[in-house]
This record gives sequence, structure tokens and C-alpha cells, in this order.
Amino acid sequence: MGMSLMEGNEAIGRGAVAAGCNFFAGYPITPATTIYNTMLKLLPPKGGICLQGEDEIASIGFCLGAAMAGMKSMTATSGPGISLYSEQISFAIGSEIPIVIIDVQRLGPSTGSATRGADGDIQFLRWGNSGGLPVIVLAPVNVKDCYVLTMQAFNLAEKYRCPVFVAANKEISMTRETVDLEALDLPSVVERKMADANASFLPFATKDDRLVPDFLPLGGTILVRQTSSTHGPDGYITTDPEQIEKVLERLDAKIKINISEFTYYDEYVVPGADTLVIAYGVTARAAKVAVKELRQSDQSASLLIVKTLWPVPEALIREKAAPYRRVVMAEMNLGQYVRELQRVLPGKKIDFLGQMNGGMIKPGRIMEVIQSG
Amino acid sequence: MDSLLNSNRPPVFCPGCSHDRVLHALDQALIEMGFAGKDVAIVTDIGCSGLFDTFFNTHALHGLHGRALTYATGIKMARPELKVIVTMGDGGLGIGGAHVLSTCRRNIDLTLLILNNFNYGMTGGQCSSTTPQEAAVGSGFLNKLEKPIDICQVAVAAGAPMVSRVSAYQKDFVPTLKEAITFDGFSMLDIWGICPGRYTRRNKLTPKNIEATLAQLPELPDFKSRNKRMEYGKAYRQEAASQKAPSDPVPIAVTCAAPQSGRREVIILGGAGQRIITAGELLCLAGASAGCHATQKNDYPITVMRGHSISEIILSDEEIEYTGIENPAVVIALAPEGVNRRKKMLAGLPSKTHVIKAAGIELPPCQAAVTEIDFRDRKIKFQDWALTALAVLAHQSEILTMDMLKAALKLRFKQAVYETALAVVETVFAD
Repeated sequence: MGMSLMEGNEAIGRGAVAAGCNFFAGYPITPATTIYNTMLKLLPPKGGICLQGEDEIASIGFCLGAAMAGMKSMTATSGPGISLYSEQISFAIGSEIPIVIIDVQRLGPSTGSATRGADGDIQFLRWGNSGGLPVIVLAPVNVKDCYVLTMQAFNLAEKYRCPVFVAANKEISMTRETVDLEALDLPSVVERKMADANASFLPFATKDDRLVPDFLPLGGTILVRQTSSTHGPDGYITTDPEQIEKVLERLDAKIKINISEFTYYDEYVVPGADTLVIAYGVTARAAKVAVKELRQSDQSASLLIVKTLWPVPEALIREKAAPYRRVVMAEMNLGQYVRELQRVLPGKKIDFLGQMNGGMIKPGRIMEVIQSG
Repeated sequence: MDSLLNSNRPPVFCPGCSHDRVLHALDQALIEMGFAGKDVAIVTDIGCSGLFDTFFNTHALHGLHGRALTYATGIKMARPELKVIVTMGDGGLGIGGAHVLSTCRRNIDLTLLILNNFNYGMTGGQCSSTTPQEAAVGSGFLNKLEKPIDICQVAVAAGAPMVSRVSAYQKDFVPTLKEAITFDGFSMLDIWGICPGRYTRRNKLTPKNIEATLAQLPELPDFKSRNKRMEYGKAYRQEAASQKAPSDPVPIAVTCAAPQSGRREVIILGGAGQRIITAGELLCLAGASAGCHATQKNDYPITVMRGHSISEIILSDEEIEYTGIENPAVVIALAPEGVNRRKKMLAGLPSKTHVIKAAGIELPPCQAAVTEIDFRDRKIKFQDWALTALAVLAHQSEILTMDMLKAALKLRFKQAVYETALAVVETVFAD
């Protein structure tokens, strides 16, 4: 028992290895570079592989190839790199390739400010793929979450054969923090479900009414076919509308209908409060200070910290917001996730606090919004 | 041995397309080499060359335009025993040029077959990176303005150890393919061919004049010995095997007691080269050795050897939520670069804040209690000012104690550096 001093990016790297990650490829970019540094230290001595691509497109391409060959892959970047990943992300979604993608968000747009934090990619991560199919996005609040949620991200990527994002932020990733690693409540490691190598294998066939096809590695004894083109269960390109619809609706459903299994959140309930603050990422920490400060006042508020951002945990948000007269949402952008709250909570009074100046939202500003309603 | 072609998906190319010849020659080469389908992965790009994976009964991956080499690299690193063959057109060559260059430099054991037919066949015969300037193609006058690339010259310059220009029609095509596939490292064939669907409708190109043009091209410089080296994967595994595993993070033992309680914020304002970040880390470690929670948020420009260097540290008995500094208990001001970045904060400091500043540093007028230290006069090295300031605090049991600081030095440094740092700290106590 005792604490270690660690930044979020190192915790992401260590969490990845704890989840069985054995392949990493990345291209250096502030504020994500120290994930790459960590993986370069951790993986090669263990027989794993860590590569530096010539650009972000190559880095994620290496990961997709290695993942198809059976490895547990991760890449890490920031907003400008996510832009370059975009079509490879679409490939991973459409062709069911497990991969964990870390986005250490920095202030945008474009090259923006390399050393300033933001949560400006929240809708981009969801919609930055051609075809618009759903993805899973988890958002850590602190170094502890960086470790645990990265493990969860691997488990989800393996289980659902899909890309899973960790939406970190410079303010968590590059801030050192004391953390008691031994006290972490770690999930058990999930492995990809392998197909029976003796039965006849179709790479995208699903058994019974299951939603995720069993996997066999490219390069094994049974031939495996993978394609970025629209395909049927056999992995060949197809234009048959019925076959296409069946596959694409399955890709949509497998992520959406299981959301209750991976709805990660935290809450701080203040009895008698009439306002619920909803926040995610590093802003949730300022929100916690704000609601604690106002706990004894007559303008108290409770707090819901959402850690699974996509798919939107609609049931959770509805249930938690129901007892409150009003919701306050604070985020480090000019209004992204608040759109989801407006959609999920029609008729509810929602007050929004957005900030996009490279700094963290201060507890005092959140208090003001709580008190002004 | 049997053909590796896919009996369920017979090859379909335009009549007279040279891709068909390459397909059968590749099959022939694989048969002659004795490969089974499971031994081979065909990774394909976009365009007509992207049909190859479908026509082979091997492992197959078809991906995005220009990116085939990226997937192939991941596959080969994961499965070194697999024969990985990449097909791309002159379109993929253009759009994925960076990957071609890097693969040449890397020398990973892949075989790249560039099916070069001088135009984008699938989208209407537009110009590609290899279209001759005098050709009539689907891009109007644009190809007149751009020189075609001689990828073999480029590949050789980029370090590829096995490069060859070939015609899809030449007699020794199959043996050439076999040589490329056998090669232990990156091998690349620039295979010239005919696109009857688009290119030869408006341009005269025959097997004969392909051969004649190839013969006229400037010869490749002598590169084989110059670019010869160990294959990337092998070299990688050799290097990796000699890497030492880093130690796991060591939990910090609680051996001291903190002199104050509550939330204590400290900000160190310095410049590059003053070991500000290290001092911040030491303060966190000192806090942890007294059972405190700690956070450290740093701010420095990309020019790490010039400009400001700022570290914001919070110690607390409780878990730290907001990591920003709003009410610093102590400000350590060591360089104008750092001070200039926090002028607004400094001007608003209340009287309860303690500022330790280096002599000569100008501060905006404020209420805080200021202690000035003339580090230069005391012959303290510039890079030790921050550590000395921590020692001054420890001396007064403010924020940290001497025991906490010593514990931090022990945690942070190996013996030799520890002793040097300890000597710096002890000069403060000697006064």
C-alpha cells in the first residue's frame, strides 16, 4: 500500500499493458507523445512491438494489420492525428478490427495549441468516420481512470471487435498525480472470441443471434479474408442490399444495444438539491469542487460524472436527471456534449457553461452557473 | 502443387489487361516456390490492382487507397513467418508515396508489386504519378505539366535493397517474381503494363515499345551492396531482446509527517535550464512521503532550452480534484520568463502568500510577504536555485520538512546525484 507519482499518459500505457496490449504504433504529437515513450519502454522487453510510423495514417495502419494478425493494438495521438486517422477508423468500424485509440485532446481547431488542453473532439470522435456508424468513447477524469478505462477500452474492443476511443485531455495526460495503483479496482482481461478452427470459417458470419463474429487471425492455418469494402459474411465485396443491410445494422446494433454493460459513471448526490451538474473529463473535477462548496447552501447541486460518452448512456442520464428541476452542463468546448443532453432530456431546463481558451474551467465559474438558476 | 487462384472467384479483368498476366505469373511463381494458401497474405490497394486479393485463395486484406504497405507492415511484424505480398497501382504509389519511401528505408520483408499502367484505370483514366507528359489521358492538359516519377530511382535512393523494372510481358517475369518474393528484405518490382480499357484507347503502347522504353531508361546506380542490410523484423527482434524491462512504479513509503494540513498550493516560476520541473516533482514526492496527495501541472514552451518553465504543485490531505492554482501558499520566483507568464496572478496575491524570489527579479506590486535570496552572491549554481528554494522552505518547515525533502531526493535520484543534491540542500542549513 502506498502511492506512486504518475502522469495520465504513463497510466494509459501501463493500463494498456495490463490489458494485454502487445502492439503499439504512433507518431509523436504533443500532448500524446509520452504514451508512445511509455510503450517504447514497456513493450519491446516483453516481446511486444512498438513502432513509430512515418505519419499517423501509417501508425494506425500498422495497428490494423497487427490486430488482424491477432495482436492487441493501440495507437495514441491528438486532434490533428485523429483527423488523419479518420478513414482508417472507418475501416476498423466497418471491418470489425479491434483497436484502442487514445486521443489526448488539445486546443483546436487545427494545429491549435499543442500544450493547451481542451475537450474539443467529443463530437468529432463520434462522427469522424465515413458512414456514421457508432463508436465507443470513454473519458477519464484522473490518472486512476487513465489506467482503468484504458483496460476497459481493450476489453470492449476485443469483445465487440471495434475501435474504442479514450478521450483524454492534456490536463489529465500530462499532469502528474499521486495514485495508489494497488487499490485500483481492475477489470479482468477479456480475450477476443476465437472461431472453431475446425469448422468452416466465414470471417464475418455470426452464430445464432449473436452480434459479433468470432475471430481467426490472418496468417493462421485457416484462411482469413479482410476487406474495407462493403462485404457479406464471407468477406467478399457485395452489392446485395439485403446482405449489406444485415451487416450494417448488426454493426450499429452491437455497439448500441449493449450500452448498459459499459455505462461507466460516478456521482456525488447532495440530498435536497434541485440542480444536477453533468460533466466529464477534467472538468468533472472542478464540478466536484463546486458542488462540495455549495453543499450546505440553499443553492446546492448534485453531480453526475459521465465516463462512457458514446454511445450516449441515455438510460443513465434520464434516470439520474429525473429528480432534478434543472441540469447544468460544463465542458471545455463551445457546446458539444450538451447537444446530447438536450436530445435525451427534452423539456428539461439545461444551463450550459462552455469554455475554449486553453485553460481549465474553474470551480468558481461552475458555482456561478449553479447559483444563477 | 496446386494453383493458389480462387476457384470461387475467377479473375475478371478487361480483355487484354496486363494485370491478368501479372496475376497468373504470380500464381505460377507461388506454385513453383511450393507455397500453400495459408503461407501467403496478399494485401491490396485500391483500383484494379485491388482485385488481386479476391482472386487468390490465400490470406487476404484489402484496405484503403495508398495504405496497403501500412497494413502489410503490421501483419509482417506480427507474423514473421508469413509471406506478405502487396499489390498496388501507380495511383497507390502516388497517394501512398510516404509509405513507399518509409518501407524502402525500413527494409521489412515485404514484396511490393507496383502494377504500373500509367493512369487511373478504374476512375476514368486520369493521370497518375507515372503518366508520361505527352500522353493523352482523362485529366485534360494537367499531365503535361508534371513529370512522371521513376519510382525505382527513388526507391534506390531511399534504401531499398532489391528493386527492379520489369515488363509484364518479358520472358523471365516469373523468375523475377520468384527472386523478389524470396528476397529476405523489402523487394519492389515496378511492373509496366497495358490498360486497354483506358490508356491504350488514346495512346500507343505495346509490349514491344514497353520493352524499348525500359531499355532506354537511365540505369539504376549500383545500390545492391550499398542498401544491403539485415531485414527490419529480424533486426527489431534482435534489438528488442537486448532491451531491459523498466521497473514497476514503486509505491512511496510514508515515513514523514507534513508540517501543515489542508490544501497547499505552490507555484515555481522559472526559466529553461533551472530544473523547475524536477523541483516540482521533488515537492510532490516529498508530499507523498508524508502521506499527502499531490499533483503537478507544468507549463513550458516547445523550445525546451529557452523560455519559461513553470511548475504548479498541490499537496493535500484529501484527494485533489481541481488541479489549477487559485490561492498559492508559496510562490517561488526565479526567472523573469516565468514571472512574466503569471503577472496577473502575482499582482493579486494576498498577504498570506509567501513569495521567495531571486535577487534582481522584478515583481508586480502585491500584498504578499517576500523573501529575497541572492543566489549569485551565495555562489549557488543557476540550475540549483529551485532546489535551494525548496530547502529554504524545508528549513522553516513550511509546506515540507527537511525529512520530506531528503526522502524525495532519495526517491528521485541515484546515489551519486542524491549526494550532490543533498550537499546543495545542506548549505542552506549551514547558514
